[in-house]
Amino acid sequence: MERMAASSEIREKLRNKRRALQDTLVKNKNEDDIQALVPSARFNVDQQPTAMKEAEGSDEDPGETLRRTFRAQRQRRKKKLLEQSFVQECHDAEDAEEVPNARRHSANEGSADRADDSVVSTRPPTGSQRALSVRSEDSSSSQHLDTYVTRHLQEKLRAARSKGESLQQQEASEVSAEPVSRLQRLKNRDTVTRFDREAEPISAGRQDDPLALRSRVKFREAGRRVVKDLPTAEEAFNFFTFNYEPEPPSQQEGVSRKRQKRRERVKKDKGEDSQEEAEVEEDAEAEEDNQDQNEYQSEDAPLVRNEDDLFAIDHSPQDFVEMRKAEYVAYRKRVQRDRELLFTPSFRTVPTSVKLPENMKPRFLEDEGLYVGERPPVSLTNENILENRILKMAEGNKWFGDDGKVIALPDPIKESSTRPPLFHMEGDLDPALQTVYRKALKSKYANLYIAGAADPEGDYQLDVDVSGLIFSHHPLFSREHVLASRLAQLYDQHLSRQHNNLTGHLTDKLNGLRNALQNMMKIHGEQGSSEALRQRISEYSLEVRNTRQLRDTEQEKDRTLLRSVIKVWKEIKALREFQKFTNTPFKLYLRRENVDRASDERDYEGEILAEVLELEAESEGEYQKKLAEYKKQLEDWKLWRRKQKAKRKKKKKKKKGLAQEDTEEEDQDQDESESEGPFEEGPAKPQPPERPDVDSMEQWVREKASRIRRKPGEAILIPELSASGSITASELCPRAEIARREDVSRRSLFIKILYNDKEVSRTDSRSLSADFRVHFGQIFNLKIINCPHSINLQVFEEVGSSCSLLAQVFVPVPDPSVVTGSAPIEEFEFSSNQRVMFDHEGVGSDVPLSFESDGSNRLTLLTSGKLSCCVSWGIGEEGVPLAPPVSQQPGGTHSGRWHLDAVSYIGASGLYDMKKIGEWATQSRLDPNDPKNTSIMQLLKVASSGEVTAPDYFRLEHLQEEFNFVTDEELERSRRFRLLRLRNQEAPEFRNYKFVPLLEREVSDKVFQDYEKRLKDGEIIDTREHLDPHRALVAKYLQKIRESVINRFILAKHFYQLSDLVTEEEIPSIGILGINLFKLAESKRPLKPQRKERKKVTAQNLSDGDIKLLINVIRAHNIPIRKPLGNKPGQSSQSALQGSDWYLSQVQVRPFVEVSFQRTVLQTTTADGPNPSWNEELQLPFSAPNGDYSTSSLQSVKDEVFINIFDEVLYETGPGGKERGTSIHTQIEKHWLGSVKIPFSTVYSQSKIDGAFKVNTPAVLLGYSREHGGSSSVYDQWRSTHGGTFLRLFLTIEPQLVPGESVREKIKEAEFDSQEDERLLQAAEKFEKEAAQGFPDRPCITTVTDLSGKTVFITRYVRPLNPPQEFLDAFPNNPQEATTLVARFVSLIPSLPDQVSFSGTCDLWSTCDQFLTLLAGDEEEHAVLLCNYFLFLGKRAWLVIGTAIPEGTTVYVLTHEQSGYFIWNPSSGQFYNKDDSFCPLQTVGCLVNADNVWYNVQENPSPLNTNFDITKSNMWKPFFSRSFSHPGLSSVQPEELVYRPIDRAAAAELQDRVEKILKEKIMEWRPRHPTRWNRYCNTTLKQFLPKLEQSRGQDVAEGHRLELQNLLGDYRIAGFPLHLPFSEIRPIIEAVHSTGVHNIHSANVEFALAVYVHPYPNNVLSVWVYLASLVRT
Amino acid sequence: MPNPSVFLLTVNGQIEGANFPDYDSLYCKYCYVYGHDWAPTTGLEEGITQITSKSTQSHRLIWNFPLEITFKSTNPSGWPQLVVSVYGPDVFGNDVVRGYGATHIPFTPGQHTRTIPMFVPEPTWRLQKFTGWLLGRRPEYTDPKVVAQGEGREVTRVRSQGFVTVSFHIMTKDMKKMGYDAGPSSPSAVQSEAQSYVK
Repeated sequence: MERMAASSEIREKLRNKRRALQDTLVKNKNEDDIQALVPSARFNVDQQPTAMKEAEGSDEDPGETLRRTFRAQRQRRKKKLLEQSFVQECHDAEDAEEVPNARRHSANEGSADRADDSVVSTRPPTGSQRALSVRSEDSSSSQHLDTYVTRHLQEKLRAARSKGESLQQQEASEVSAEPVSRLQRLKNRDTVTRFDREAEPISAGRQDDPLALRSRVKFREAGRRVVKDLPTAEEAFNFFTFNYEPEPPSQQEGVSRKRQKRRERVKKDKGEDSQEEAEVEEDAEAEEDNQDQNEYQSEDAPLVRNEDDLFAIDHSPQDFVEMRKAEYVAYRKRVQRDRELLFTPSFRTVPTSVKLPENMKPRFLEDEGLYVGERPPVSLTNENILENRILKMAEGNKWFGDDGKVIALPDPIKESSTRPPLFHMEGDLDPALQTVYRKALKSKYANLYIAGAADPEGDYQLDVDVSGLIFSHHPLFSREHVLASRLAQLYDQHLSRQHNNLTGHLTDKLNGLRNALQNMMKIHGEQGSSEALRQRISEYSLEVRNTRQLRDTEQEKDRTLLRSVIKVWKEIKALREFQKFTNTPFKLYLRRENVDRASDERDYEGEILAEVLELEAESEGEYQKKLAEYKKQLEDWKLWRRKQKAKRKKKKKKKKGLAQEDTEEEDQDQDESESEGPFEEGPAKPQPPERPDVDSMEQWVREKASRIRRKPGEAILIPELSASGSITASELCPRAEIARREDVSRRSLFIKILYNDKEVSRTDSRSLSADFRVHFGQIFNLKIINCPHSINLQVFEEVGSSCSLLAQVFVPVPDPSVVTGSAPIEEFEFSSNQRVMFDHEGVGSDVPLSFESDGSNRLTLLTSGKLSCCVSWGIGEEGVPLAPPVSQQPGGTHSGRWHLDAVSYIGASGLYDMKKIGEWATQSRLDPNDPKNTSIMQLLKVASSGEVTAPDYFRLEHLQEEFNFVTDEELERSRRFRLLRLRNQEAPEFRNYKFVPLLEREVSDKVFQDYEKRLKDGEIIDTREHLDPHRALVAKYLQKIRESVINRFILAKHFYQLSDLVTEEEIPSIGILGINLFKLAESKRPLKPQRKERKKVTAQNLSDGDIKLLINVIRAHNIPIRKPLGNKPGQSSQSALQGSDWYLSQVQVRPFVEVSFQRTVLQTTTADGPNPSWNEELQLPFSAPNGDYSTSSLQSVKDEVFINIFDEVLYETGPGGKERGTSIHTQIEKHWLGSVKIPFSTVYSQSKIDGAFKVNTPAVLLGYSREHGGSSSVYDQWRSTHGGTFLRLFLTIEPQLVPGESVREKIKEAEFDSQEDERLLQAAEKFEKEAAQGFPDRPCITTVTDLSGKTVFITRYVRPLNPPQEFLDAFPNNPQEATTLVARFVSLIPSLPDQVSFSGTCDLWSTCDQFLTLLAGDEEEHAVLLCNYFLFLGKRAWLVIGTAIPEGTTVYVLTHEQSGYFIWNPSSGQFYNKDDSFCPLQTVGCLVNADNVWYNVQENPSPLNTNFDITKSNMWKPFFSRSFSHPGLSSVQPEELVYRPIDRAAAAELQDRVEKILKEKIMEWRPRHPTRWNRYCNTTLKQFLPKLEQSRGQDVAEGHRLELQNLLGDYRIAGFPLHLPFSEIRPIIEAVHSTGVHNIHSANVEFALAVYVHPYPNNVLSVWVYLASLVRT
Repeated sequence: MPNPSVFLLTVNGQIEGANFPDYDSLYCKYCYVYGHDWAPTTGLEEGITQITSKSTQSHRLIWNFPLEITFKSTNPSGWPQLVVSVYGPDVFGNDVVRGYGATHIPFTPGQHTRTIPMFVPEPTWRLQKFTGWLLGRRPEYTDPKVVAQGEGREVTRVRSQGFVTVSFHIMTKDMKKMGYDAGPSSPSAVQSEAQSYVK
């Protein structure tokens, strides 16, 4: 124990030192042991887990002694080293931190010191904040240092050693007052926050583990410390530890260890510590490798812990965040506190006495007879609250009047609203006040941003310095001002001329030239003339002349200016004299400069001489030139003259021949020359040039000289203008002048600065001074974003409050090089043409004014002046000019367009317009050599060279190519991409194509074969499939319609409704809600099972095998029974005679049901008798095409459920016919009796089908009879008339699939267009909705979709239409027959459910002509056609919309005849009496005829119970009623139907082909057996078929059988005719196959087959197939 | 014909848990939604977790339900998405949906953690909300896979519910070979490591 204590002590010392190095807290360095103790205590307080560990380690691991000794030695070594450095640093730190400690030390002595020190050291190492708090704590010595630890320690120590200190005693007394709680606190208290909290007594019961641990660890440390002084460490330790909480969980150790390690690492990295430390750590780490980690941990933890102190950053938030319980404040206390803060005004009425000043009685004005207004009603409570509140305030009383009530206006509410009334009616508004909408104008500069202006460096600044302005004329000028300003101007001119000294320059130049000329002349004279020299001389002399002329004009100007200056000055003087006051301070002085007269004269003369000489020389030269010219001209003239003469002579000779005389010629010649001269336009005879007059020249020169030059000897006059003159004071002036001056003083001016036509600033208003100058001296810094376009300074003049625009000055935008400071102030002239007149001395503006006494020489002056200002670019802080870069600047010109940047100039879109780019490039004078512009120049070059013509279209996606990952051609070529695209387009072949191959080469060409074939086959009609070109055409047509409709649906499918995505309960009505609520309360009745709704399954989750088709075959009625076989014809009669005997003895029939669906065939057990009951459930698996279980896919499943009834016949065959019992071979044959077909789509859309199905039995069943021998009940009688076999079935799909959303509704959503009136559509929708609400199970249809997808009102389909004429002619006298014939005709048109054809539960109603052309249609088309025929036949007929078995919602036809109402199934041609219970129609929804739609509102919708009297409005709700009358809807049906004639030849051909195909098929189905055809039978059967057609399948069986038996006596015959409407060959084959005739495998079987096709008009064909199997007996 | 070239995407991971502050005793269903060119080769395509409850300490629901599936594909289009839907009993003990959510399977190989925000469709009417609450028939998606598609979602209104945390370990095979570079191998993994180091 001792040793351990020592080692720990050493460690602690080490720690302490390190801390001292690092931290600020310094202990008393003289007390080594204390120092050693202190940090450890501190440490432990701060960081309990590690210290904890240490304590554990030291206590519990005695086995590690050896290791520890080593370590202790090392530590000791280190300690020594550290101590040395430590001592030094301590001194430094002492000053800062020692003060409080010192004080404490003085207070505490002896061993208590140690304890106390430990207290001090518990200060956390988090930084100065805490140090501060500690200090303040310490300095306030009155504050007891009641850190609980301290107290505890002190107490214990005192108890042990009975030593007390004054301070401690004080504390001890407190402590002893509540020792238990203190202990508790001690455990739980957070020592870190202790200092801050000590004043507050609320600290009980903290339970946070870490804190508890912390303090506990500290105790241990303290205990260990005590060891030194106490007799036994053990004793103290036990004392401190025995009553504390259990050991901390060990996982904390692990955590802390990790943290340590990291810190060690950190420390290493920082390398702050001394070498020794590093060494120690390395040792420690080395040790770690082969030591138990826990052990290591406990040993080294303190060391590391110090590191933690070093790096305060490493404190986790937990070190700072204090966890403690929420404070609880006792309720009463809280109430009390609240009461101090809160005031709740009472509701109670305030006694009047309180409200009034003391000793005052309330005074009621009303009582005194004064009028007191009625106060607005305020609730008494509120008034009381208010009064109470007011009273609470200081001086609350003054709010109350004499009557003790709150002072208020009699009625604070105004009678009328103070808000101006609003005019709602536009018409009421004064038209002048009406608001007019004007579109917001966009500034044209708004978008012209300086490039780069967005970035922070790009802020540009224009400095506009407006220094002032001077008026050169102002309306308020007096006459004197006018003159003075003129004088000033002249003087300015004079000064500037003087400054420029043009005259002097020119004179010098002239002299120089003269000298040079003289030199040249000299050379010329000496050396003779060379051509070049002469040329130069002439050039020089020309130059001399020009210069001289220039000088003369300048001299003249100077002279004139001087004169006018003097003249104006004289005028001013005269004016001042005249008006007797002075307005302007100008004074002109003329300074004379005397000159030396002699030299001046000499110069003057010399000058004149020189000039004269020159002029002479010039004029001489001129003369010579002219003379030479003259001579030349003269020569020319003479020459011409001679020619003329010669010509004339010739003429004469020609005219007069040779005989003419010479003299005459001469005369003639003379005359003609005179007369012809003008005619012939010869050059005039040149005049010889005059000799220049030298004398006059000199004269002229002198004159000029005297005019423009100073006279020789005359003094030089230098004018000097000064403003030193005094202005006459206003009092001395006449009234008019005073008025003027006053006016001037009233005026003030300011300048608005407009930048890009927007006012950005304005100067202060400055008053106009008497000298008409205004000084502003203001500089405006404009931060600009937009390109500078114009800077405009507007000068405004203010008179009183009104101000008027005087003038505008446009200042050019400065060059970027012009920056503030370097830019000179420029003067800009302005003027205004305002006309101003005054009645005082002011001259006004635009007013004629004359200075002459006679009023002549008027001049008109306009307001004008000069504005001196300066616009320059600002300079930034670093002297950077805040000007946009030069490249963005306009090309030096201010006016014109702004070509900052191509994009901003021509706009982004223009970038693609080569012309514009070119334009821009030329305008902006793009530097072609600038590398920045190379691309543009290149582009321009290319564009202008014409090789590449710039596209004149708009390039929207000019970067498109960058996004193309392959070229378009490649995209086209790639099969993979093609596949992907086709799939995306939902092409039927690829709609659900899976696994588009990854690589191009893996896409086989086969994939596209079907698709391409379909595309190619678009127009080609394949007749092979259809056996009939017309059908093939129709099929194609149908295909096209289907495609278009499907496309439409694909579109519509993407219109989602909420119900497509979310399943939600319907909004329950109150009733249902009530029932449901009631149900909740209802007790469970397990013995009353309730039908549960099956959960509907969405199709997407399904896969193959999940869906099953359940068929419950319940029973059948009236199955045909076998007829006894007889070899002899008489046998039948015999059997008839046997009667009941036979009936009882013989097996009538052993029927079973076979169901086939999607290649699966299942059958029931065999039952007995004609009315068997199976009650069996068959499960057929269902798989969707392509494994696609989406709704649309399921809807388009075309598969049908075939339910066939067979008779199982056992034959005994074999040799042992006679030896019964030994060996009996029985052979089972099944004979087809009838079938029911149910399309899957029906099952799918209805989800379940339940009912009795009429079995489609052949008209003749050879060997069977429907008559039940012997039975002759009424029921049988009745049944025989109907001759139906019925099969009761229940079909459903398991699990229940959600039937596809009716696309019809979607179409409504998608708003397929309709030609119907909107009102009608709405009414229809409403009608249907109401119907659906009233009777949800009764269908109601008012609008339907036609083939083009348009919504059509249903009544438009009903219209009398003619049936084929043949039918009418066939039975002219028997309308009943005609009716049935018509019905048969209609039923012969093949049925094709819309759902199948149009993939979706969409009813498309085609008109009758369309139907007859298509020769395929749904029930509704059949019904419409039948109904229309009946109407034509004069019957009363309606369409019945209802539900039937198995079609579901369907359309039947109702006719009314004398015998009652009949219901026709248009698809089968059957009719039923309304009372027929076997009628497939189950519910009657509504009736439709051409005029109206009636909805069935009767109780029971079955036809049996329905009253069809539509006039009764309580039973039938009409659509069109009095309130909404029939709008006269025209029919969509054609007027008349045209039928194609019967084509018998085609029928015969088809007949042969069908027969051939069927025979082939049957043989194909019997691959292992020979198929023999009984030809004789074939022909016989063939003869029967036409008869069957004629009798329309009526019972003619008996005759057949007899006939056949006669023919084929030796055969056992089983056979039947099948009857089908013809659409395609495939259904016929299917039907034949489903009978299973080919399945008879007996060896001696023979077959017979006959086909008959009966043609009807319009290519409607009735197909009969007679099948028979013959077994030779 | 040789085997068509495909690339493989193996997903290992787990539905770690969820954070639904208001609900307890929840279970989770998951399924994958993927495009036409994808097919799972091994592994469970759908699953239901156990029902888990919150502990008194932690307010998280922990499922730790393993996900393991391998897809083969020829086309990154239609990359698989994990669709999770959480169900649990309501006040009356009716099993109601507590949230739907979906996330794409991460593209890059490596470890990924995804926190999927969950939401449920809102009833159309207030009354329905009440009756739905009363009868335990809240609006549900016709198919949870709806949440993995964008089409038609505009007609629904949803309310956010909570979060489901899923961790994935992704491996791919032949992606690069087929010309699909899924980017850096696992930046997120590196990042997470760095974060843990800082902690």
